[in-house]
Amino acid sequence: MEMRRTPILGMWGSYRTRHQAAFEESRYSLRVFLKDRLALLGVCLILATIIVAVAAPWIAPYPDQGRGASNVKERLEAPSRAHPFGTDASGRDVLSRVIFGARIPLMISSVVVAAVLIIGVPLGGIAGYIGGWIDELVMRITDIFLAFPALILAMALVAFLGPSLRNVAIALVITWWPWYTRLVRGMAVSLRQRPYVLAARTMGVSQWTIIRRHVLPNALGPVVVQVSLDVGTVILEVAGLSFIGLGARPPQPEWGLMVSEGREYILSEWWISTFPGLAIFLLVLACNLVGDGLRDVLDPRTKR
Amino acid sequence: MESPLLDIRDLRLEFRSYRGVVKALDGVSLAVDKAEILGLVGESGCGKTITGMSVLGLLPRQQARVTSGEVLFRGDDLLRKSEHEMQRIRGRLISMVFQDPLASLNPVFTVGDQITKVIREHKRVSKKAARDAMCRALSETGLPTHKTLLHSYPHQLSGGMRQRVCMAMAISCDSPLLIADEPTTALDVTIQMQILKLLLRLREELGVAQILVTHNVGVAAQTCDRIAVMYAGQVVEQGPTVAVMKEARHPYTMALYECLPQGKSAQELLTIPGSVPDLIDPPAGCRFHPRCRRVLDVCRDVRPPLVEVARGHRVACHWVAEQSGPVRIPPES
Amino acid sequence: MSLRLYLVRRLALMVFVLIGIVVVTFFIVRVVPSDPAQLYLGARSRAGQVEEVRRQLGLDRSLVVQFGGYVGDLLTGDWGESLRTRHSVLEDILHFLPASLELIISAMIVAIIVGVSLGALSAYRKGGLIDHGSRIVAIAGVSLPAFFLALLLQVIFFRVLGWFPVATQIDPVVAQTHPVTHVTGMLVVDAFITGNFVAFADALWHLVLPTLALAAYPAGLIMRMTRSAMLEALETDYIKMARAMGVRQRFIVLKYALKNSLAPVLTVIGLMFAYSLVGTFFVELIFAWPGLGTYATMSILSLDYPAIMGVTIVVAFMYVFANLIVDLLIAWLDPRVVLS
Repeated sequence: MEMRRTPILGMWGSYRTRHQAAFEESRYSLRVFLKDRLALLGVCLILATIIVAVAAPWIAPYPDQGRGASNVKERLEAPSRAHPFGTDASGRDVLSRVIFGARIPLMISSVVVAAVLIIGVPLGGIAGYIGGWIDELVMRITDIFLAFPALILAMALVAFLGPSLRNVAIALVITWWPWYTRLVRGMAVSLRQRPYVLAARTMGVSQWTIIRRHVLPNALGPVVVQVSLDVGTVILEVAGLSFIGLGARPPQPEWGLMVSEGREYILSEWWISTFPGLAIFLLVLACNLVGDGLRDVLDPRTKR
Repeated sequence: MESPLLDIRDLRLEFRSYRGVVKALDGVSLAVDKAEILGLVGESGCGKTITGMSVLGLLPRQQARVTSGEVLFRGDDLLRKSEHEMQRIRGRLISMVFQDPLASLNPVFTVGDQITKVIREHKRVSKKAARDAMCRALSETGLPTHKTLLHSYPHQLSGGMRQRVCMAMAISCDSPLLIADEPTTALDVTIQMQILKLLLRLREELGVAQILVTHNVGVAAQTCDRIAVMYAGQVVEQGPTVAVMKEARHPYTMALYECLPQGKSAQELLTIPGSVPDLIDPPAGCRFHPRCRRVLDVCRDVRPPLVEVARGHRVACHWVAEQSGPVRIPPES
Repeated sequence: MSLRLYLVRRLALMVFVLIGIVVVTFFIVRVVPSDPAQLYLGARSRAGQVEEVRRQLGLDRSLVVQFGGYVGDLLTGDWGESLRTRHSVLEDILHFLPASLELIISAMIVAIIVGVSLGALSAYRKGGLIDHGSRIVAIAGVSLPAFFLALLLQVIFFRVLGWFPVATQIDPVVAQTHPVTHVTGMLVVDAFITGNFVAFADALWHLVLPTLALAAYPAGLIMRMTRSAMLEALETDYIKMARAMGVRQRFIVLKYALKNSLAPVLTVIGLMFAYSLVGTFFVELIFAWPGLGTYATMSILSLDYPAIMGVTIVVAFMYVFANLIVDLLIAWLDPRVVLS
């Protein structure tokens, strides 16, 4: 055991010494971030949402109704001890559905973010660092995609692909990647001029190695900030598309769809729409608080 | 004797930073007479710029705190003025120009707009009168006064022209004192000379007193009547330019001259060992003692007072005081 | 680079982007669906019909020929017939657009006024009560889904307080007694310019809640961007210089710093216009606003493909023109843009 551990620790140690400045820096950033109470509140809310989503079958009072089983005997009941958030038009417990609903935005936003990063970041790094016609081509393609308001393009795509959460995710990826390509490309263009990259080039380090070792790691900070600021918007868009009937299908427990289902009852049975709406608000708020806090620490322009 | 135009007395100033309190200025005393050019010389971070900024009250009030001292301008303590009173003083009685003339000018307003704004901020005059005043200031600084210049944006001008525009703005309200913070550092060597000549001419023709903040001893020697050398937030030596140049007494001043490259080969060129001390926890006694060749025991504990070694030539150094023995200052006549 | 060259380049980019939009929409219509003809017929299709539609749409020909036909139709204004209303899509869109524009413009005006002024104030009094307060309000504003905010406003201002009407552009009784002459199609504007002040007041009253619902998100983002851009500007040397010259702080903040922060703020305003173009779909649906958004959502629900595509193209084109205006404004305000 000892034998195996030592070299790993040793490697870790040498990595640390080589990147000492970066470590000091990130430790300082972490301290500043932890002092930002609103950002901490955001982290707690997100963690709570994840726990609720994972533990949904055990903590939801009516798991089967949470998944969609209707219960016509108890339609439109006001919040009570048995149903803290009331019941909807099909008699389903709104609390259980809100709890199960936490899974969908978390899953879709992670899938969308992952896919967008996989497509957008390397493409931007290549376009910005290599330049020339590749850069021109990639940038013109992003120009076209960015010429659409993102949501209208997503709507059209989902309408033609057929309404479903999977297609919503696909449409969101198609509309989001150009933003990241542009962000990373901008960083790569400026990095190309940095002395240490010039030095690496004059010493004959290959372009791919430079992109991998210098360009992409340096773009990490701004990309993380951008992701944290965008996750909230992705969640809003998923909910929005479901709200107008393009995303989740009934009886899926999707928050946007639930708000839509309660819409005609809003002036009397207000709870059907209000609680899932509040759930969207809180989760998006949490993401934005974290994003705002991260930007304050990681964005070089607003630092200190 | 007439009292000086600007008299800084025992100014102490602290900055609050996330690492602790920085004792940026520690008992700085300086005086500038009418139509006199005072050079403020030292390494970067020694407090030259901060001294200039604090005269104008430009330092952020939450972070920079004056703990003692006075800044007397024509006998009035500027440190007791409100922000509004200071605003009325800046640009009208005391102005300041900075190192980077491109960054100092607002990129989205024309040169003419920016200068007239300053004039109309201080004088209730018509647009026409403000224009005339601006044209006067521009020609004083050797700039043309035709429309092309007035309507151009800062980025359309050359470096030297930009600095002249800054100067024109500074003298547009006939302020009797100009603080020039490294005005030539960002410029080409050929332009540097022109700007220095301009400073001299402003003094000759308009009688503008100046504080020339510079790290370049040569620049100070060419331009200034008197020189004050600063080290780590303190004035260590000051006196008439000739005295400070030719008969420098403080080990730090002497070391500064030895660093000058003029006419020396690389082997002869010296550097001062060590580096500028951390002002959060400055060395006790003389702040220069860790780097000083002449260090005495007393230097480690006792701060040396400024002692007059010749008329108007003061040095803060135990070693100098010991060398010259008990100093008898001749009564001023 | 001269201003003229900048203009030419900017316009060339716009033409390129417009062509790009046409290409992308063509792909969505003809390539994304597995069988476009089936889509166009919807559930009503009978055997044989599919073949006929396929020929009508030109699906039996090559993609290039199809694309040529598609572009030709777009240029001649033949955007197809709505499957739902059985009207020409272009006519439908032109009919519904003004009501949406009215809502979008009023929301953008509110968002810009609130966002820029509160953002500037936060920067001016950084760390103060207004700064902290508006930060929280701004983050809350960008976290609320527009459709949920619209519902909340209905509950609070109609159900609980009873201050504002809940739906449509104008009270039906007022519309009967004081009919508004059609000029621009924007009800508030028409009522005002024809001097119909009873209808004007009522229409304005109806406009309040939808405007608030649509303006919250843009206002929040514009506020944050104004604040950070102004803080950045206030840190610069030319602000230090202006202070050293005795220019008043108020003038420095409101003129020198604000004008320097306009470029990023205008860019965000352009983005927010894009947001409002689609955000209005949700708001219109909830407030029964007879605009493009209602038309679009109805079309989506009934899978009315020609209508969906028409709306998509119109919205994208409007956004492209909005961006052009923003860029020209920036170039006009910030002399550095043209140079770089």
